[in-house]
Amino acid sequence: MRLALIRRDTAARGAMIAAPAVALVLTILCSLVLFAVLGKPAGTALYALLLEPFLSWYSFSEVLLKMAPLCLIAQGLAIGFRANVFNIGAEGQLVIGAIAASALPVWYPDGTSALMLPAMLLLGGLGGMAWGAIAAGFRTRFNANEILVTLMLALIAAQVLNYLLLGPWKDPAGFNFPQSVLFPDAALLPILLPGTRVNVSLLLALAASGLAWVVMRHRFSGYQLLVGGMAPRAAAYAGFSERRAIWISLLVGGLAAGLAGAAEVAGPLGQLQRSVSTGYGYSAIIVAYLGGLNPLGIVLSSFLVSALFIGGDNAMVSAGLPVAAVWVFQSLLLVFYLGGLAFLRYRLVVMHRPAQSVP
Amino acid sequence: MAAPPLLSLEGISKSYGAVRANRGIDLTVDPGQVHAILGENGAGKSTLMKLIYGVETPDEGRILWKGRPVTLANPADARALGIGMVFQHFSLFETLSVVQNIALIVPGSRATLAGRIRDLGREFGLEIDPDAMVHDLSVGERQRVEIIRCLLRAPDLLILDEPTSVLPPQGVERLFATLRALRTKGMAILFISHKLEEIRALCDVATILRAGEVTGRLVPRDHSAADLATRMIGRNIPPPAHPVAHDLGEVRLELAGLDHAAEDPFGVSLSGLSLAVRGGEIVGIAGISGNGQKELAALVSGEIAQPALRRDTVRLMGQPVGDTGVAGRRRLGLAFVPEDRLGRGAVPEMSLADNALLTAHGQGLVRRGFIARAAERAFSARVIAGFDVRSRGPEAEAGSLSGGNLQKFIMGREILLSPKVLLVAQPTWGVDVGAASDIRQRLVAMRNDGVAILVISEELEELFEICDRLHVLHKGRLSPSLPTRTTTTEDVGTWMIGGRAA
Repeated sequence: MRLALIRRDTAARGAMIAAPAVALVLTILCSLVLFAVLGKPAGTALYALLLEPFLSWYSFSEVLLKMAPLCLIAQGLAIGFRANVFNIGAEGQLVIGAIAASALPVWYPDGTSALMLPAMLLLGGLGGMAWGAIAAGFRTRFNANEILVTLMLALIAAQVLNYLLLGPWKDPAGFNFPQSVLFPDAALLPILLPGTRVNVSLLLALAASGLAWVVMRHRFSGYQLLVGGMAPRAAAYAGFSERRAIWISLLVGGLAAGLAGAAEVAGPLGQLQRSVSTGYGYSAIIVAYLGGLNPLGIVLSSFLVSALFIGGDNAMVSAGLPVAAVWVFQSLLLVFYLGGLAFLRYRLVVMHRPAQSVP
Repeated sequence: MAAPPLLSLEGISKSYGAVRANRGIDLTVDPGQVHAILGENGAGKSTLMKLIYGVETPDEGRILWKGRPVTLANPADARALGIGMVFQHFSLFETLSVVQNIALIVPGSRATLAGRIRDLGREFGLEIDPDAMVHDLSVGERQRVEIIRCLLRAPDLLILDEPTSVLPPQGVERLFATLRALRTKGMAILFISHKLEEIRALCDVATILRAGEVTGRLVPRDHSAADLATRMIGRNIPPPAHPVAHDLGEVRLELAGLDHAAEDPFGVSLSGLSLAVRGGEIVGIAGISGNGQKELAALVSGEIAQPALRRDTVRLMGQPVGDTGVAGRRRLGLAFVPEDRLGRGAVPEMSLADNALLTAHGQGLVRRGFIARAAERAFSARVIAGFDVRSRGPEAEAGSLSGGNLQKFIMGREILLSPKVLLVAQPTWGVDVGAASDIRQRLVAMRNDGVAILVISEELEELFEICDRLHVLHKGRLSPSLPTRTTTTEDVGTWMIGGRAA
């Protein structure tokens, strides 16, 4: 007897729903072992990781707050991933977007114009696109791998941020902390849910999700990107331009990340500081794949990952979990889910050998 | 009691999902016998050979080797018993020499092996230089290497899967001489083919398969080719509608001194290709695969675009298009059926409807940038109905179709684009005989409607049947134009191996 994976005729809808559920159960089982080995209270830890984010209005609003940038960036990245263009450096595009958006309030700290905020978002988006465009140019002109270029550009973006915060953009009245001046009210996003930090960037993320769904599902341009990702030779045969796919993917990814960066400085931070770069750009990669690169799936997965982040923060406090254990928990979930996705296209078959003997 | 047969199969069945590839097959092979397995593509020949060679295991039935039941779990078991197989697609490393390739599988020092290779070569007409690099060898020579590799293990049974499909006519004669010499030594040979004349010339016995079942056992010499064809297909096929000469239109596709340097070391460079295809004629490109067919197709389709300086070397509808991409050439009225279906002519994970969109997006399937789903379904339904594509309908994934059905879908899609110029590579590869004859009739009908058609094919019979003129492609060079009415198979065969017709 042996096991074999057999390709299915069509993707199994059931597996699409079962995969996340099975992944969650397996993650919990493994974590129980992990917590036991660490000598941490497993019940408290799981309670903090999985339930606490939903048990208080404040925790839940923080989930929604973190969900917005994750969802927005992941929607942008997913379009590229489906076209086989792997923008790994959304974090850098987010940082450059945040810097570009911050230029206005830093230069006009007393500004009151109603145009300030839209202009900041525009600059943020353009900044992110410009950072993505560098990688697109290197890929199309010199065939330089976009995975490496975007990743290295993210490191450069981090240094640009450092330079600005330690030098020209440092708040003169800020006790030498590496941060900019506090932004004026005209540079801050309106709060969406009173009494919380949730701002309208959540709506922006949901609108981007709807747009991504329309483009990838119903637009011919989205179809061309899909073909390029699934079967590059078929795209070449049909005459769909690969260069165009690369440019669109990196520009859209950069735009989304840049907007998310602008929304961070104009939202919960209220100034440009180092903590604008907390890894949303990297986590969004996980969010995009966890959501099956599907616009609707990404809305759900961004919510789930955001809740896990909040839960992880809680668990570090209430169960005394080390941060590494939180990361292991989050990574287990992703590994089990992606493993489960294999059953979407393949089914496990037990092969029996005929009962005969070799003489 | 008489000696048991070398190999016998009793009631062998094998299913893949709902497809019953082999049903209750009985087969007996004796030593010193050349046994043909005759059947259309999809009749179950390959499955049966995989069962005998241990690549697959049967669901039901017994395999007896020299009278004793055996289980063949993998090819190693089969080789240990004394079964050798030469596949249609060779498994040789091009960067290694002949003896290095053989030493990977057959034990022994290189010097000993080289000696044995020379001995076998002399004895069976399989001369080959053991130190030659495989990438320098012709397809026929590579086949000899594969056969020698099997013979070095002194098998009792040799299986050959469509061995003549890669050979020019002269090469076929030489292979048959080798096989006859092996037969006199007492070796049994299973010879898989759908070429009736070859089977009549070579084989002692034939077993005919149709839809997975044995439908006949006979001595092929005692039957006419037409009789064998009817038994193989199960009905009479209409005689080909021979194209009648008629007035030709303007030159629609023209190559003028087209050169192409291969990018990878084992690609084929093309030099000085010139040809012209007028509206209302079918021009064929004959030749053995690997002589530049892939490169030629890509240069005509636009998948390989040339520098602007050489834009005049390819002209489409009178316009220079050498530096134009695929989309631009398609807009001028070019349609193209590539030789690879999955991953090039179609996206396996997408539905047939979405695969229609791949090249038919200009047929009202996209409105203001949005995919018109109803039009997309209707177009693919027309292809499915018009070309007898066996599938679950427009929603079926392309990857779930058999090769022949997907070929019919791609062919139908490109024909429904109503092209001015149609480029077809291997129009009937893997398509059953009936459907292949339909496809050829469609091509001839398009020609009669004034379409310019360029067909690249390995099947000489097919080219002679539908083409007005032929060129032979050999090592990246084209022969002069050969009108099919005044050219013989032997002439073409001579060009195919690089000679000049007398």
